[in-house]
Amino acid sequence: MSGIQSTSGPGFFTSSIGKKYVVGLMAIGITLFALTHMLGNMLLFVSPKAYNIYSHTLISNPAIVAIELVLLAIFLVHVAFTIWTTIENKAARGNRKFLTTKGAKSVSWSSTTMFYHGVVIFFFVAWHLKTFKYGTNYDVTYNGVLMRDIHRLLVEVFQSPFYVWSYVFCVVFLGYHLNHGVQSVFQTLGFNHPKYSPAIRKLGVAYAVVVAVGFILQPLYVYFFMKQ
Amino acid sequence: MSKAKTINLTLKVWRQNGSSGIGHFETHQAKDISTDMSFLEMFDVINQQIIKLGGDPIAFDHDCREGICGMCSMTINGNPHGPDRETATCQLHMRRFEDGETLVVEPFRARAFPVQKDLVVDRSGLDRIIAAGGFVSVSTGNARDANGIPVPKLDSDLAFDAASCIGCGACVAACKNASAMLFTGAKVSHLALLPQGAVEKDRRVLKMVAQMDKEQFGSCSNTGACEAACPKGITLENMARMNRQYLAASVTSR
Repeated sequence: MSGIQSTSGPGFFTSSIGKKYVVGLMAIGITLFALTHMLGNMLLFVSPKAYNIYSHTLISNPAIVAIELVLLAIFLVHVAFTIWTTIENKAARGNRKFLTTKGAKSVSWSSTTMFYHGVVIFFFVAWHLKTFKYGTNYDVTYNGVLMRDIHRLLVEVFQSPFYVWSYVFCVVFLGYHLNHGVQSVFQTLGFNHPKYSPAIRKLGVAYAVVVAVGFILQPLYVYFFMKQ
Repeated sequence: MSKAKTINLTLKVWRQNGSSGIGHFETHQAKDISTDMSFLEMFDVINQQIIKLGGDPIAFDHDCREGICGMCSMTINGNPHGPDRETATCQLHMRRFEDGETLVVEPFRARAFPVQKDLVVDRSGLDRIIAAGGFVSVSTGNARDANGIPVPKLDSDLAFDAASCIGCGACVAACKNASAMLFTGAKVSHLALLPQGAVEKDRRVLKMVAQMDKEQFGSCSNTGACEAACPKGITLENMARMNRQYLAASVTSR
């Protein structure tokens, strides 16, 4: 028999390209979540009531636990696959210190440091969940409905300059992560065309800036304008 | 014609005896180097000096010295093939450097490219990726009429752009993950874009990617360092094409 023999190579999910797809697809979920989370937080600028009612609507949804579990799974699969590939990639590079390319052959800082901002974001998310989702449970009643006063907790937490500046620092890293991540997902999924790629790169930058600036505005606003 | 200028350089060159040896940098003074020389010609001059003194000349890969064979493979100050885009080491001229500069010259590094001696690395992993499917199966018989299969001009241009990959491995050397995806993407693309190669494209992409993984090249994280380092200007578009062909081939294979 002539020609390229049919293959019995490694499975899709253990191949180098398959792993890229998994990381990229999970990233789409997290990226969209980050945007909606940022937009939801913007209700802070409307009123404490709007903020609390939005929060209550989300957590009183009967499907919330299932949705949270899916989100957690997406997040953990993204993390697990990137740790897996990073270990392999470090090994593939070899033992010697790697001199990076320079000048006309240099590449963006955010693209080469994804793993490191990823680590920062991972610990930030854990800390963030502990502070807010599993933080102090204040109560408030609107129109006879008892709900969690998450707004009060938020205002309380963001009185701490340490918390505010740590938050800003971590969100800047999230911005860098998205800056490379958004355009990278398109490339991974196979979207690269001279007609669309320049716009995709701009979209990546815009997405990162909008999400990061949006998230940063909230603690700064509370810290500077909502002194208790 | 203007008179050739000469410059003096300090070179820190990687020396290593065999693949199991422990390498080190060795400093050489390159004196009165004509700026009209190519980078490889400078190494010829230095080697001549070393030989005259009874030393062991620096081993480096080279062949055509006109930028089309893909043999030359030096990493100069961290950049595979030196500082200029779309220029192979052999086409890099000494006029590109300043008098008194220090240059660090290393082999193309990657676990999949074991050093054989000094600046010479074993890049046969790339050949094995080609052998896994980077060809068009042809039955024996008479040669076909060259115009028998219509090929649109645009497809032929895109295929040619991908086919201009010389397989030098600069993409692997530039990548922080030592990934060979730009190379494999170019090889997958140039055949898949043509009707003669398209019939086998699914099997080809599966086999070539499987071989690439088997050679223990790293995975891609889309930094684009490969594209920037490529002496032939192979674009990331070829890699995107490989990614989508790989997905399509994986989900439809039986």
